[in-house]
Amino acid sequence: MKVTLVVFSGDMDKAMAAFNIAIGAGSMGMDVSMFFTFWGIHILKRPNAPSTAKGLIRKMLSIMSPPGAHKLPLSKLNMLGMGPFMMKKLMKQYKMPDVQEMISLAKQGGVKLIACTTTMELMGISRNQLVEQVDRVAGVATYLSEASEASVNLFV
Amino acid sequence: MKADFTLDAYGLLCPMPIVRTAEKMKELQPGQVLEVISTDEGIKEDMPAWSKATKNEFLGIEEDGEVYKAYVRKK
Repeated sequence: MKVTLVVFSGDMDKAMAAFNIAIGAGSMGMDVSMFFTFWGIHILKRPNAPSTAKGLIRKMLSIMSPPGAHKLPLSKLNMLGMGPFMMKKLMKQYKMPDVQEMISLAKQGGVKLIACTTTMELMGISRNQLVEQVDRVAGVATYLSEASEASVNLFV
Repeated sequence: MKADFTLDAYGLLCPMPIVRTAEKMKELQPGQVLEVISTDEGIKEDMPAWSKATKNEFLGIEEDGEVYKAYVRKK
């Protein structure tokens, strides 16, 4: 059984929901692909990787965007960063993996992580800036080809 | 119920109990039984669903206070 997820959001809570489903599906022997596009691309950024963005707008975008999975905002109650801080404390209490750990767990479970080339081009993000766990970069035809064979297709 | 292997998933939240179950099941020979100890209420539905998807035999769940003990036989 095939499962695809489009991860459009770059929020911590939405990333966690997407990874929970992907990891769960992986543990059930399903063939899972996650397509990271738009704000979702920031989830795959290597922490502290220097930006190679050219142009004023791209440079500003890179300054204003999350630096990686370790520093994502919440989609609600972000409270200038207090929200994620509190959420992470709660997660630690329940031994819930954070987004970075979920990326590793997903890979262990055979989940494929695919980055959208259009987003990368638009925002000036190079392959080197992404974590090594990314399987490949691709476009919409790859996504649609997988999705058309999948029983579960989710847009997060 | 008797088991050949036990997995302690006490305090772990979904999806970790089934993720750990999937990992642990690799150590079992066909016919052997795994006992999964969990406090996650979702396990009551998740373990049968996981078993069906992975074609293993779900044997049942025992409730012991706040703890659920799920039994799965490897096929």
